[in-house]
Amino acid sequence: MGFKVLIQREAIDFSKEHGLLQDSGDSVGAIATFFGTVRDFNETRKVESISIEHYSGMTESELKKILTEAKARWKISAGTIIHRVGRLHVGEGIVFVGIASSHRKDAFQSCDFIMDYLKTNAPLWKKERHDRGEDWVSSKESDQIFARSWEKGSH
Amino acid sequence: MIKLVFFASLREELGCGSLELEFKQPLRLSALIKQLEEKNGNHWGKVLASESVKIAINKEIVVNDELLSDGCEVAFLPPVTGG
Repeated sequence: MGFKVLIQREAIDFSKEHGLLQDSGDSVGAIATFFGTVRDFNETRKVESISIEHYSGMTESELKKILTEAKARWKISAGTIIHRVGRLHVGEGIVFVGIASSHRKDAFQSCDFIMDYLKTNAPLWKKERHDRGEDWVSSKESDQIFARSWEKGSH
Repeated sequence: MIKLVFFASLREELGCGSLELEFKQPLRLSALIKQLEEKNGNHWGKVLASESVKIAINKEIVVNDELLSDGCEVAFLPPVTGG
C-alpha cells in the first residue's frame, strides 16, 4: 500500500486505515497512530463545532513533503495521513496519522514528527463555533517549538 | 493574468477570497502588495505585509521578494492551525 495522503470531508474510518497498515507487509512489526478529535473546549470557551479550510493542491503537496521527510529520517514501510475539511462536531476525528514499521521507535517518532510538522506547515485553518460566537483558532507558539525541536537533532 | 487568493482570517479581514489582476509587466511581490494597498486602502497593505502572513506562489511557499510572472497564482496564508 505504501504511502498516502488524503484530504476529505467524510469521516475517517480508523479501523480500515489501521487494517491497511497492518496488512502492508510481513516485515511490519509496529504500527503507531495518532487520531486527533474535536474536543468540547478551547481555553475558556465551550466549543460546539469546528470548520476546517484548506488550500486545495497545496495542502496535499505539503503533507506529501512531510511524509517524504519522515521516510528519509526513519525506517518506515507504510504511512497514511488523512485530514478532514468542512464542519466537524465534538467527538469527530479531525486527523489520522498512521505509520507502519519493523520497529516501534521508528513508528512512534515518525508519527510524532509528522504531527509536529503538519501543525506548523500544512495550509489548514480551523474556525471554532463556541458559546460566545465564532473565531479562527490562533496558532500556538508551543507548536512552533515542537516543530523546531526536530531540527536540532535532539531526538 | 495573476490570480490572488486569500485564506481563512485574511479572507474575512479583507472581505475578499480571490482576485484576478491583469498582467502588464513583471512585478515583484512587494510591488503587488503596494498596488493592492493603493487600490483598496492602507488596510490591505497592513494585513498582507504582516510578519505572520506566509506567501505561496503556485502553491510553493516563498520567502523572498519574488518576481511574478503571467499566469501565476499568489496565495496569502495566515498562520496554519490544522491537526
